[in-house]
Amino acid sequence: MTESHIATEHAAGHPALQHHFENMEQQREAGTLGMWVFLVTEIMFFGGMFLAYMLFRSAYPGAFVAGSNHLDINLGAINTGVLIVSSLTMALAVYSTQVGQRGMAVVFLIATMVLGLTFLGIKSVEYRDKYRDSLVPGRLIPGRPFHPAVQEHGAPNDPHKLHLPEGESVKHVELFYWIYFALTGVHALHMIIGIGLLSFMLYFSLRGRYSPEYHAPIEISGLYWHFVDIVWIFLFPLLYLLGRHLEHGG
Amino acid sequence: METAIRHSSFTIYHSIYHSPFTIHHLPNMSEHIVSRKIYFAIFGALMVGTAATVGAAFIDLGGHLNTVLALTIAVIKATLVVLYFMHVRYSSRLTWVIVGSGLFWLGIMFALTLSDYWSRNWITPF
Amino acid sequence: MGTFTKPTAPRVNYINAEHGLKSWLLTKDHKRIALLYLGSISFFFFIGSLYAIAIRLELLTPQGDLVQSSTYNKMFTQHGIIMVFFFLIPSIPATLGNFLVPMMIGAKDLAFPRLNLLSWYIYIAGGLITIYALLAGGVDTGWTFYTPYSTTFSNSYVVATGLGIFINGFSSILTGLNFIVTIHTMRAPGMTWYRLPLFIWAHYATSLVMVLGTPVIAITILLLAFERLAHVGIFDPALGGDPVLFQHLFWFYSHPAVYIMVLPSMGVVSELIANFSRKNIFGYKFVAFSSLAIAVFGFLVWGHHLFVASQSVYAGMIFSFLSFAVAIPSAIKVFNWTATLYRGSISWDTPMLYALGFIGLFTVGGMTGLFLASLAVDVHVSDTYFIVAHFHFIMVGGALFGYLGGLHYWWPKISGRMYPEGWGRFSALIVFVGFNLTFLPQFVLGYLGMPRRYHVYPPEFQVLHVLSTAGASILGVGLLIPLFYLIWTLRYGPVAEANPWHLPGLEWRTSSPPPTENFESTPIVTWEAYEFAPVEELKVIGKFRPEAEKA
Repeated sequence: MTESHIATEHAAGHPALQHHFENMEQQREAGTLGMWVFLVTEIMFFGGMFLAYMLFRSAYPGAFVAGSNHLDINLGAINTGVLIVSSLTMALAVYSTQVGQRGMAVVFLIATMVLGLTFLGIKSVEYRDKYRDSLVPGRLIPGRPFHPAVQEHGAPNDPHKLHLPEGESVKHVELFYWIYFALTGVHALHMIIGIGLLSFMLYFSLRGRYSPEYHAPIEISGLYWHFVDIVWIFLFPLLYLLGRHLEHGG
Repeated sequence: METAIRHSSFTIYHSIYHSPFTIHHLPNMSEHIVSRKIYFAIFGALMVGTAATVGAAFIDLGGHLNTVLALTIAVIKATLVVLYFMHVRYSSRLTWVIVGSGLFWLGIMFALTLSDYWSRNWITPF
Repeated sequence: MGTFTKPTAPRVNYINAEHGLKSWLLTKDHKRIALLYLGSISFFFFIGSLYAIAIRLELLTPQGDLVQSSTYNKMFTQHGIIMVFFFLIPSIPATLGNFLVPMMIGAKDLAFPRLNLLSWYIYIAGGLITIYALLAGGVDTGWTFYTPYSTTFSNSYVVATGLGIFINGFSSILTGLNFIVTIHTMRAPGMTWYRLPLFIWAHYATSLVMVLGTPVIAITILLLAFERLAHVGIFDPALGGDPVLFQHLFWFYSHPAVYIMVLPSMGVVSELIANFSRKNIFGYKFVAFSSLAIAVFGFLVWGHHLFVASQSVYAGMIFSFLSFAVAIPSAIKVFNWTATLYRGSISWDTPMLYALGFIGLFTVGGMTGLFLASLAVDVHVSDTYFIVAHFHFIMVGGALFGYLGGLHYWWPKISGRMYPEGWGRFSALIVFVGFNLTFLPQFVLGYLGMPRRYHVYPPEFQVLHVLSTAGASILGVGLLIPLFYLIWTLRYGPVAEANPWHLPGLEWRTSSPPPTENFESTPIVTWEAYEFAPVEELKVIGKFRPEAEKA
């Protein structure tokens, strides 16, 4: 009885080819597609919080301006720059692997991770400042409820004190900070995961696993990293730059 | 028991049909390598965009224009990252569809929810 | 010339290929993972049923005499949570989907076998945390977790349960992701999109919903949990928040979630109707695209859960219109299934009985959904037993019937044994009768004003409640019978041949049970999805009992 199937040849077995794929191209395609589908889930995940942000900002515009202006724009802007540089180094890490420059790939991976850690370091400085100024909402820190010092009208400008316009409620400013912590906290968590992912990439790169023929994991990690950068690209203006044009005295 | 099934549908397929995913070509043939020049150019654009958005934030443009401008710059920056750093410019149509769907679905969630909030004031109580 | 190589039952198949607990708990084989899921979701179904029994027993009498109201709140909450999140949503995709998707497209496994195993472990982790919450004291907010009760006033284990559901969501996301990538990239040579079985189209559509919707409930539960812990947040009006925002975010997922529950079942029904009528599905492309349309439209209608929640009436009108629209692709499917039956060569095997039951019951459930899409009627029957009856017709009469039909249909493929047809038909009938007796009275109850989630009611409703509880007992018996005979067949059932139903599907062209790599060599597909011989050529009609082979 003749076989009605023609077995499809396997590509000359690349050591990284998994048994259920026909060839490396299929494996790469599947991996990339998988990461993109995952990123779509991330868009929807962050999207819920962006929706909440939108609604509460239109409900309490004055309070949101007050809260936003009280964030440290310098640290925010520096962090934006840090992440953009890290996206560049990530792209260059992928490039280096594609053209076979393994040494440079390792350098760029390390650079990306260092920049990511820098971002987290600056973020923790910001968080520490919030803690110190009692700006952590609700009972997230037991024993240190939300209780910012409010700038008295007419008193000399004190950057540590919240400028609260007439008629605005501290309660609503607290909601701003709730959304701030939710958005930046979840973002920071994703950065931590990203750095963890890159540490695996670094380890395998050092072991010489990746090459022009096989570098899909680095490319895929890059997709994740760039996505986390994009989230910040939106977070920065929405959280930090809301009402700078309405600031009195900068 | 094959009598229950049409015989003709089981003829041996002799031609050299391959599914799209059993193409034996050189690795990288379907992969476009973006040049470093482009990466640096995009990086420059992103930094310029960041500076612009910070600078513009301090100028009162009136009404909602500050927000519109800030979001426009953010969208441009994000688009550059997606197209070049994430290689979507050189990717398959399927990738385009996936990215587009994600954004479209986000849009659905925003638009229909806002349709509730923004139309609440339209009706006046009797 | 016909050259179909009849696969011989190999001595080694996926079940006996490796032995030992580790080979099951660390497996990457999608078929073994499907069985792991089969066991666990059956367990959760059983737990959910216990709560249902408690509810129906309490409702036998108008007084609240079996349990206190606080306990009753926990009963219906936990029934809902377990059934929705831990049974219905994973049921068909994680068992039949995991088992069959690679086989139906001619692949050796899913695209990401290790993620598949991780999915199961995540499911178990979420389930265990939720069980812990139930045992520690339970949750009483309703499976819908409406705020501010869930954020501020409930004294039950909201955070723990929420954590369990949150974790479980990732299982769903990973399964959907796996299916999408697999279907796009791993189809065998010749398996074009329009040659795919409709089961695959249905699972593809389901996966789109899983991937796009589940993250939203994830973030919603996360925000809910933190709000509860931190006493600040966006959902409690006393804190400046908006409870309607919670409902928007919750239902943005939970409405599409019902399509996660019913689309796979529709995929099964397409297979059953076509195969047991020995006739190509009528309007293949219409059915395929209807699955996609349901997935897309399903995301546009969530506001119909907020009609009475102070949502803007203009938004209500938009959602009402869209809710009518989403019924259209479902109706197209029902028409196409019916047209498939017409002049088919119908065999009344157990799977076909469940499929026919599906068509009838889903139609009733779907039409009552139209009542609810109508703003004015919904105001009247919202939060009554009409709603309860509506969704049980879809979830049980629809999703569960498809699941049972599919389980029986593919049982020989999965286990290598054939189930006893007489018992199969008998229990299908019992389930059908019991189901209708349970839930038809509930439409009347709801219309007459019986609120849902109440355990105390006016005495004039008792007759209907007694009928409903009687029906539930019959339904319970009908569901227990297959549990026993299916397990019985594992040891004593007649050995099934590779293709006991004599069907053209790709999954039937390998042995029963299949080898670990599914096919001896990669198939090359040259036939359309449901190519049956013309009716006149059939020599075997109605009797498809395999010769019992000595094992």
